Amino acid sequence: MTATQPISVIEESGAINGHAHGLSKQELSHCYRTMLLVRAFDDTCLKLQRSGRIGFSIPNKGVEACQVGAASALRKSDWIFPSYRDFGMALYHGVKPLDMMHNMYGNAQDSAKGRQMPVHFSFDAPIHFVSISSPIGTHIPQAVGAAYAAMMRKEDTVFLTSFGDGGTSSLGFHSGMNFAGVWKAPVVFLCQNNGYAISCPTEEQTASDGYAIKAKAYGMPGVVVDGNDLLAVRKVVGEAVERARKGGGPTLVEARTFRMGGHSTSDDPTRYVPKELVEYWAKRDPIERFERFLAQAGYWKKGDRDRLYDECMQEVGAAARAAEETARPALETVFTDVYADMPAHLRRQGQAAFDLAARKGDASAGDGKFPL
Amino acid sequence: MATLTLLQAVNDGLKTAMRRDPSVYVFGEDVGPKGGVFLATEGLTKEFGKNRCFDTPLSEDGIVGAAIGMALNGLKPVCEIQFQDFIFPAFDQIVSEAAKFRYRSGGQYTCPMVIRTPYGGGIRGGLYHSQSGEAYFCHTPGLKVVIPSTPHDAKGLLLASIADPDPVLFLEPKALYRSVKGEVPEGDYSVPLSTLRTVREGERVTVFCYGAMVPQAVKAAEQAAAKGIECLIVDLRTLYPLDEEGVLEAAKRTGRVVVVHEAPRFCGYGAEISAMIAENIIEYMEAPVARVTGFDTPFPNTLEHHYMPDDRRILDAIEHVHGF
Repeated sequence: MTATQPISVIEESGAINGHAHGLSKQELSHCYRTMLLVRAFDDTCLKLQRSGRIGFSIPNKGVEACQVGAASALRKSDWIFPSYRDFGMALYHGVKPLDMMHNMYGNAQDSAKGRQMPVHFSFDAPIHFVSISSPIGTHIPQAVGAAYAAMMRKEDTVFLTSFGDGGTSSLGFHSGMNFAGVWKAPVVFLCQNNGYAISCPTEEQTASDGYAIKAKAYGMPGVVVDGNDLLAVRKVVGEAVERARKGGGPTLVEARTFRMGGHSTSDDPTRYVPKELVEYWAKRDPIERFERFLAQAGYWKKGDRDRLYDECMQEVGAAARAAEETARPALETVFTDVYADMPAHLRRQGQAAFDLAARKGDASAGDGKFPL
Repeated sequence: MATLTLLQAVNDGLKTAMRRDPSVYVFGEDVGPKGGVFLATEGLTKEFGKNRCFDTPLSEDGIVGAAIGMALNGLKPVCEIQFQDFIFPAFDQIVSEAAKFRYRSGGQYTCPMVIRTPYGGGIRGGLYHSQSGEAYFCHTPGLKVVIPSTPHDAKGLLLASIADPDPVLFLEPKALYRSVKGEVPEGDYSVPLSTLRTVREGERVTVFCYGAMVPQAVKAAEQAAAKGIECLIVDLRTLYPLDEEGVLEAAKRTGRVVVVHEAPRFCGYGAEISAMIAENIIEYMEAPVARVTGFDTPFPNTLEHHYMPDDRRILDAIEHVHGF
């Protein structure tokens, strides 16, 4: 970690020392509930994965304030180019847990039609939460290109792209930051520095004094913010968003946080994360910190957490049950959407796969002829 | 009709596309005021302004990544990679991203875009200004791969590629940029993708070729005709998705096939054509398929004329399959 002091708004005690956050009680409650919804979704997915009902999940515990704070600074007309640990941003803007659960199960209602691993969401409403891929950093220059399109049409849309500390070593980080700097594109680069890229700690990722400083070389501001402080993330990302919206160009925000779980459900972080580090960050839980702030503001009392978390768990649990009962995608979805129009060779391959499945009595062939 | 070189036809195609559609944007390294290292984009910045035809930083990954973002958000990017040999930093963006967006988002996000790039040997470019990488890309579902061999097709296929709803890799045979001339219609027209072009009729041997190999095949066929061997020459011109039925029909007509490409032989495009014939129409074949290709070596400089298939090697193969 560096000597640079992250910008912070909510002190550990919950006090905000006169900072004007400008949020209504309703907006604050929505932020709070969204963080609990992320945690409920996480907790549910972990159980579903451990019981073999879904194949894979990506834990978000500890980084909820980064996601929700950043998302809260965006309009629904803005675009998000997310990483796979960002779904709180989608939830904040109104994507339903059920739509996400369909993806976790890869069923017929999944927007990706069961083609992707779980957590690789794609939503085009109520906000553009652009289809997630697994390669690291490839989405970063894409956000810049999308921003260029908006600039050319003289729209005031802002494009937020989010990635982890590991993502800063990727080709896409360099090219995306460089293009955005040259084009003065309306992009906010959000680096969620959660301490580890799978198992690789910061000191093995970069020799630089943190990540925000890298902005300087690309001719844009770089800001370090306390990623476990929702109001601070909201403030810093909000300033970057407004600067971008007014034509002031891109910003790199480094949000310092900590991933309290593994990289994924296939990962065991106890093999590489020192216990003391987990204990240190456990005391800095972003949701508890936000609760202390809400309590001081008179918006939160003991019992609210359990009640709201239970509500979220029920919503997510119902979504999981509904997703589990939803049919698998039809066999034809293997062959559709490769191109706008299905070429002849895919039609032949699809027909052959369908005929074989029908001959062998495999229900996944669905009913009727290929393509349906 | 004007008589244009292939390079001028590409330039005309870009201008035509930009005039008909204000969402077409052209960019890449040195494509702005300079007009590109081969001058394919000459005059575009002047006519359409520096917002619509511009230079980018020297980063193929950035060029294609940004093109994808533009395409996702409603523009029609036509980006240039200066030489196909330099495309590999963008391989991830092309293969993992552009080609997969429609599929992985269930059609929510799509990438209608064109990546233009000169490929192939014949300019004494050595290892890194000569390669033919089409096979890498033809292995990528979701991507289209197009190679013209005449000025007429260069413009018509480019306009069809720009109008296409999916990402197209448009490979331009740089050896033909200035060496072939032909009549090119003025204004807007298109040559549909995934269609073959019969270059020459013949009943004895079928030669499949594309790009800079087409004129070589024609030369070989003229020499073969003088020996009484009439060749059917087919320019594949869209390598992927290929008009497979058209290929099989053309192969069946003679029962003797030669496939020509500059790229190395092993896992080259000719292997797919051979396999397609073996799988589907082996009973029509009078001879094994012959491949005339580059060697399985890096692309040499001084001796490039030995590496590149020419009329001499193609004629040899035609006579071989004819006499089998």
